[in-house]
Amino acid sequence: MSSTATETTARPLTDPAAAERELSWLAHLALGAAFGVIITKTQVISWFRIQEMFRFQSFHMYGVIGSAVVVGAISLLIIRRTRLRTLHGTIVRIPPKDLGRGFRVAVGGTLFGLGWGLTGACPGPIFALVGNGLTVMLVVLASALVGTWVYGHVRHLLPH
Amino acid sequence: MVELLSNPWPWYVGGPLIGLMVPALLLLDNRTFGISSSFQHVCAALVPGRSSYFAYDWKKTGKWNLALALGTLLGGFVAATLLADPEPIAISEATRTDLAGLGLTDFNGLAPVEVFSWSSLASPIGLILMVGGGFLVGFGARYAGGCTSGHAIFGLSDTQLPSLIAVVGFFAGGLVATHFLLPLIF
Repeated sequence: MSSTATETTARPLTDPAAAERELSWLAHLALGAAFGVIITKTQVISWFRIQEMFRFQSFHMYGVIGSAVVVGAISLLIIRRTRLRTLHGTIVRIPPKDLGRGFRVAVGGTLFGLGWGLTGACPGPIFALVGNGLTVMLVVLASALVGTWVYGHVRHLLPH
Repeated sequence: MVELLSNPWPWYVGGPLIGLMVPALLLLDNRTFGISSSFQHVCAALVPGRSSYFAYDWKKTGKWNLALALGTLLGGFVAATLLADPEPIAISEATRTDLAGLGLTDFNGLAPVEVFSWSSLASPIGLILMVGGGFLVGFGARYAGGCTSGHAIFGLSDTQLPSLIAVVGFFAGGLVATHFLLPLIF
C-alpha cells in the first residue's frame, strides 16, 4: 500500500485520455497496415487493374470502389443515427469537404486523374507498392511530394 | 487459411473492408479517411519553404496521417511476404490485347516492368509516367483537397458535392490519360 502511495506522489497523474491519444499513432499504423494488405490483395494497386478500369473492361475496380462507398455510407448513417461517440467519448465530427468555387475539385480532380491514369497509382497504392518491393515507386512518391510542394507555393495564383 | 488469404480477394471482400476504414478512423479519434494529406505533412516537416500551406505544427496535425501512410506501406510489405501470390494478375483478355497493342508484352507483377523499373527512368516513357504522373498525383490531389480515399471513398460515402465533382474529374483525367496520352507516349 505504501508503495502505491509513493508511486502516486512520485508520478503526477496524467489525463488518461491524453495518454491514449499519445499512443493512437500506433492504432493508425495498424489501420494503415490493414489497408495496405487489403488494397494489395484486392489488386487495386495494380497498374493493369487501373488500365482495365479506364477501358471499361472489367467490373472489378467498380465493384471495389462501389461497395466501399456503400459500406462507408451505411456506417456514416449508423454513426449519425445512433449518435455514436469515439473511443475517447467525444462526439463524432464529419467535416465537409471544401468546394471552393468548384475550380479546385474540378481542375485539381482532373489533374489528379491524369496522374492516376499515367502512374496507375493513387496515394494509398503508391505507399503499398513501395512496401510490395516495387522500389521505383519511390520516384513516383518523390514526384508527388514535389507536386504537393509546388502546389503549396503557387496555390495563391490558382482559382479555387 | 493462409492459402485462402493469399489468393486474390474478390471485390465484394476487399471493397467493404476498404469502406470500413471510414468508421474505424472516425470512431478511433475523429479522423477522416484520406491519404494524400500525408504529402502535405511530409513537406511541412522537411521542406516547408515560404508557403503558409506548410506552416503548421505537422506533428500535432499530421502524425496520425503519416502513421496511416507508413502503415499502408508496411501492409504492402506484409501482403507481399506472408500472403504472396505468384500468379500474374488476371486482367481481362480485352485489356491484354489493348496493352499488347501499346507494345507491352510482360503482364507479370503489379505494373509493367518494361516501364516501371529503375532502368526505364532514363527513357522518355519512364520519365513521363513516373515523374510526370507522380507530380500530377501530388499536385492534383492537394489542389482538389483529397484523393481517391478522401474524395471517392470518404466524400462519396457522405454524399458530398465537392467529392462528386472531384471524382468526375478523377475519371475524366484518367480516361484522357488512358485513351489519348498513353497512345501518344508509347
